[in-house]
Amino acid sequence: MPEATDKKLGPWGRFLAMPADNPVKTVIVAVALCLFCSMIVSAAAVALRPVQEQNKVLDKRRNILQVAGLFEPGVNVNEVFNEKVEPRLVDIETGTFSDAADPTTYDQREAANDPARSIDLQNDPAGIGRQAKLASVYLIRNDAGDIDKIILPVHGYGLWSTMFGFVALKADGNEVAGFQFYEQGETPGLGAEVDNPRWRAQWPGKKIYGEDGNVEIAVTKTPATPATQDYHIDSLAGATLTSRGVDNLIHFWMGEQGFKRFLDNLKEGTV
Amino acid sequence: MSVHKNSMLVDPLVDNNPITLQVLGICSALAVTSSLKVAFVMAISVTLVTAFSNLFISLIRNHIPNNIRIIAQMVIIASLVILVDQVLKAYAFEISKTLSVFVGLIITNCIVMGRAEAYAMKNPPLASLLDGIGNGLGYSLILMLVGVVRELFGSGSLFGITILKTVNNGGWYVPNGMLLLPPSAFFIIGLIIWAFRTWKPDQVEARDFSIIEQEGGH
Repeated sequence: MPEATDKKLGPWGRFLAMPADNPVKTVIVAVALCLFCSMIVSAAAVALRPVQEQNKVLDKRRNILQVAGLFEPGVNVNEVFNEKVEPRLVDIETGTFSDAADPTTYDQREAANDPARSIDLQNDPAGIGRQAKLASVYLIRNDAGDIDKIILPVHGYGLWSTMFGFVALKADGNEVAGFQFYEQGETPGLGAEVDNPRWRAQWPGKKIYGEDGNVEIAVTKTPATPATQDYHIDSLAGATLTSRGVDNLIHFWMGEQGFKRFLDNLKEGTV
Repeated sequence: MSVHKNSMLVDPLVDNNPITLQVLGICSALAVTSSLKVAFVMAISVTLVTAFSNLFISLIRNHIPNNIRIIAQMVIIASLVILVDQVLKAYAFEISKTLSVFVGLIITNCIVMGRAEAYAMKNPPLASLLDGIGNGLGYSLILMLVGVVRELFGSGSLFGITILKTVNNGGWYVPNGMLLLPPSAFFIIGLIIWAFRTWKPDQVEARDFSIIEQEGGH
C-alpha cells in the first residue's frame, strides 16, 4: 500500500512529503534555495547593468561640470558636457597628450588593473597600487579657444575606501578652481564630510605649487600662517586618516608621478 | 476574516508598531531620517523587503529545515535586498548614493528577520504578506514622522521644498543643526514612544522585577 502511494506521488511528491529535517532534504533545500536566489540576483544585476553604467557616466560628467563651475540644476548634463568639455588623454610618463586610445571611451580604472597599460607603483603614497599610463583629463576652453580650466582626475586611499575625485585648475595650472570627490565610502558624518560643500569651498583660490615648483598645498590640522595661507586646507574634524588620504593623493597626483610634467609642458606649450 | 486582515495591516501602525512597541529597527531609523526623500525611499524599500521576504518564507515554510532556518531566511532576505539595491542604482541613482550602505543593512534590520522568524514561519502566505506590509508601514510611519521633524526643523524644508526660509538663504529661520545629526532621532523616537504609551497605556511594558522597599533604612 505505501508503495502505491509512493508511485502516485511521483518523485517530486515524495520529496515534498519528506520531513523538513531529513538530512537529504536539508541539503537539497539549501542548494536549491541558494541556486534559485543567486540566479535571481545575477539576472537582476546583469539586466540592470547598462542603466547603472549610464547613471555612472552621467554622474561623472555632472561632477566634471560641477567642479568646473558649469553645472546648474536642471541643465542637460550630456549636452553641456559635449559642448563645453574636451576630453583628452595624457601620457603620465611623458606628460604629453596621447592619441593611443579614444578619450571618450577610455576607462582609466580598467586600464589601471591591466598590467600592460599600467605602472606598478613603488613609491605609492596615495595607496592606489597601480597607476594607468594614460590618464583622462578634461579641458574647458573659453570663447577665444584658449584653455580656461584643466580638470584632472585624482584618486587615493582614505580610511577604508578609495576616493575618486576631480581637481579643476585655472589656466595657469596652479590655482585651484574646484575640488570634489564623486565616489568615496568614508565614514558618514566624519570622513564622508569630504563631500560637504562648506569643506570643499576652501579649495577654490588655493595654489598647488610654491615658487620653486614643489607641491605646497597641504591638508593639515595646524592653523594657516601668512606664509602658508595660500596653500592651506583645514583637515576635517574627526577624520584624521581621511584628511591624510586627501593630502597624500593631492601630493601624489600633483607631483612628479602625477600631472606635474603635463602641467609644466602645458605652461611651456610643449604638449 | 476581512476584519482580521484589515487589522493585520493597521495593527502594526500604532498598536503593535515595530519601532515604538517592539523597539526594532532603530539603527536605520537614526541613519536615514535627516531628509524626507531618503527616508521615504528607505521606507518603501523596507516595506517591500519585509512583505516579500514574509511571502516567500511562508511559501516554503514547511520545507525549510529547522536547523538551517535562519540561514534560509537570510538567503531570501539578502537576495531581495540586493534586488532593491540594484533597482535603486538603476532608477534612483542620486538617492542610492546616499542610501546604498543602509540599503545593504536592511539585511540585518531586525524587523525583517523578526517578522520572518516570528510570523512567516508559522502562518500561511497571504497572511504573512499582509503582516509584512503592515510592519513595513508601521516602520515607514515612524520613519516619516521622524523625517518630518528632522528635515523641517533641521533644514527648514520638507522633501527638499523650503518651508521655513533659513537665515543662510536670507530668511528668518535659524535651523537647529542638532536635528541633522543622528542622535536627534533618538530623542524624537523616544518622544514618539512616550506619546504612544501615554495615549495607549497598555503598551507600557511590565517591569521585569519590582524594586523592594528597603526596611529599616535611614
